[in-house]
Amino acid sequence: MTERAKTASAPPTARAIQPEPRPEPHDLRAPLWVVRGRMDRGRYIAFALASFFGLLILWELVAAAGTINPLFLPGPLAVVRALIAWWQSGDLWADIGISVWRVMAGFALSAVIAVPLGLYIGAYQPVRALFEPIMEFARYLPAVAFVPLVLLWFGLGESAKISLIWIGTFFQMVLMISEDTSRVPMAQIEAARTLGASNSEIVRLVLFRSAMPAMLDTLRITLGFAWTYLVVAELIAANSGLGFAILQAQRYLQTDKIFVGIMLIGIIGLITDQVLRRLHKFLFPWLP
Amino acid sequence: MTARVVLQSITKTFPGGFEALAPIDLALEPGSFTGIVGASGCGKSTLLRIIAGLETRSAGRILIDGEPVAGPGRDRTMVFQDYSLYPWLTVMQNIRFCRTLAVHARNATDSDIGDATRRSVALLNLMGLARVEHAYPKQLSGGMRQRVAIARALMAKPAVLLMDEPFGALDAQTREVMHDLILHVKSAEKRTIIFVTHDVEEAIYLADRVVVLAPHPGRIDTIEDIPFTARHRDLRLDPAFLTLKRRITDRIRATAGLSGDLDDLKTLTAPAG
Ligand SMILES: Nc1ncnc2c1ncn2[C@@H]1O[C@H](COP(=O)(O)OP(=O)(O)O)[C@@H](O)[C@H]1O
Ligand SMILES: [Mg+2]
Repeated sequence: MTERAKTASAPPTARAIQPEPRPEPHDLRAPLWVVRGRMDRGRYIAFALASFFGLLILWELVAAAGTINPLFLPGPLAVVRALIAWWQSGDLWADIGISVWRVMAGFALSAVIAVPLGLYIGAYQPVRALFEPIMEFARYLPAVAFVPLVLLWFGLGESAKISLIWIGTFFQMVLMISEDTSRVPMAQIEAARTLGASNSEIVRLVLFRSAMPAMLDTLRITLGFAWTYLVVAELIAANSGLGFAILQAQRYLQTDKIFVGIMLIGIIGLITDQVLRRLHKFLFPWLP
Repeated sequence: MTARVVLQSITKTFPGGFEALAPIDLALEPGSFTGIVGASGCGKSTLLRIIAGLETRSAGRILIDGEPVAGPGRDRTMVFQDYSLYPWLTVMQNIRFCRTLAVHARNATDSDIGDATRRSVALLNLMGLARVEHAYPKQLSGGMRQRVAIARALMAKPAVLLMDEPFGALDAQTREVMHDLILHVKSAEKRTIIFVTHDVEEAIYLADRVVVLAPHPGRIDTIEDIPFTARHRDLRLDPAFLTLKRRITDRIRATAGLSGDLDDLKTLTAPAG
């Protein structure tokens, strides 16, 4: 960042040699600290990397200082070693695979019901009256408190984990999807109506199409919730998966492996989030 | 395809008891162009939306060529001020939107489909949109978007074209271009047009007849027949045009009770003494 700032304010001699100082495509001297100001992508990435590596260095310094017992705070190198050990044991991919599968199953089960239900709540007032108050109520039921019930109903199998993820995501998802549908401009709906569209055509050709980008955003956000409840489920009742591995590591006081587990979940979340953002741009090139 | 529109004692009282329209009686000849003006909140949009079937009426009948209508129908399409285009469809797909609806596809023969394709291309050319046929709405200026909205409404071959302040969000220069375009559309398409605006000049320039609505409750105050035959830019400066504009504007001020406000303003701006 400082390097770029220097080139921008080059000494007067350098400027005099150039016959015509061509304007930069982006004005690099544009002030950064302006409310709602602009920042070019290069500098944005530089700032983001700086914070990331800054945190990493701080972490290493604190760990290397030796004042904190490594049992409580292992250094970054110890964490990398734990990752390699996990990978060499052959469980790493299996643990990641089963966790991703559970999240996807619970999430897909939510989405398959929540998208059409939310769409119809946003479309028809009677459907809204039937479902919205119930969903608003159910959303405040703490999903974690359902653990004993879920164990009672589904035992220790996969369905227990998937149901907990479903409980944690479904109600939020329905309400957010209905909100996305409600935000479709009335003029789009009424234009279709005066052109002769039936109610079902308005739902299919206008509401759904218009709300699709917002719905994909909702799915992206609720996928994050699904990961939270996956860990809860695996901490309580599982013998595989990332959450289970974290719990095991705690039993054997492998703090470094706990760190690896937490970070893996973070990285998987970050990657899926980025993939969905790209997909968004690719699917909806017409967005302003 | 054009139609005679008759409004018989249309009234509207909103839930809560607000009386938006007192009985309105009006007959519109086939192919006529009616401008509706009036102070803000006097019920122009409400009246237009009732004709479109987007708003229920409390009493009265609407006859299209003698047939009473209920609810929205493709014989009465509407152009809105803004946000009505489908941003995920290209210009051409927006114009052809009505062709994807069952009412338009029903009993369609091959020749109908051929006609529709020709018609969509003709509308594209009529509205000067040929260059942006494959563009998305986000790539268009406000004026171009309204051209698409008008072409889309015309594509359904409505007997009556309803417009609610369609140029309200456009700048003055673009508006003038749109006015001449609308006059061109009127002579090419020969539809019955009802045009709501708060801009008196716009109404006189475009319409054969200007209806002034008075507020609280909305009712017809005066109806002015517009005598001008040739419409071109210079008309806006014609003394007869300006006299008419002055008369209608004064009526709107009188009915809206704005004259009192103006007197207040005079006392404010009068030199202190
Ligand atoms: N849905 C509604 N419920 C209650 N009052 C309404 C509703 N829609 C419009 N109104 C009232 O009816 C009056 C006429 O509104 P409108 O037809 O939009 O006026 P205009 O288009 O002439 O500015 C206004 O006073 C407005 O507040
Ligand atoms: Mg209005």
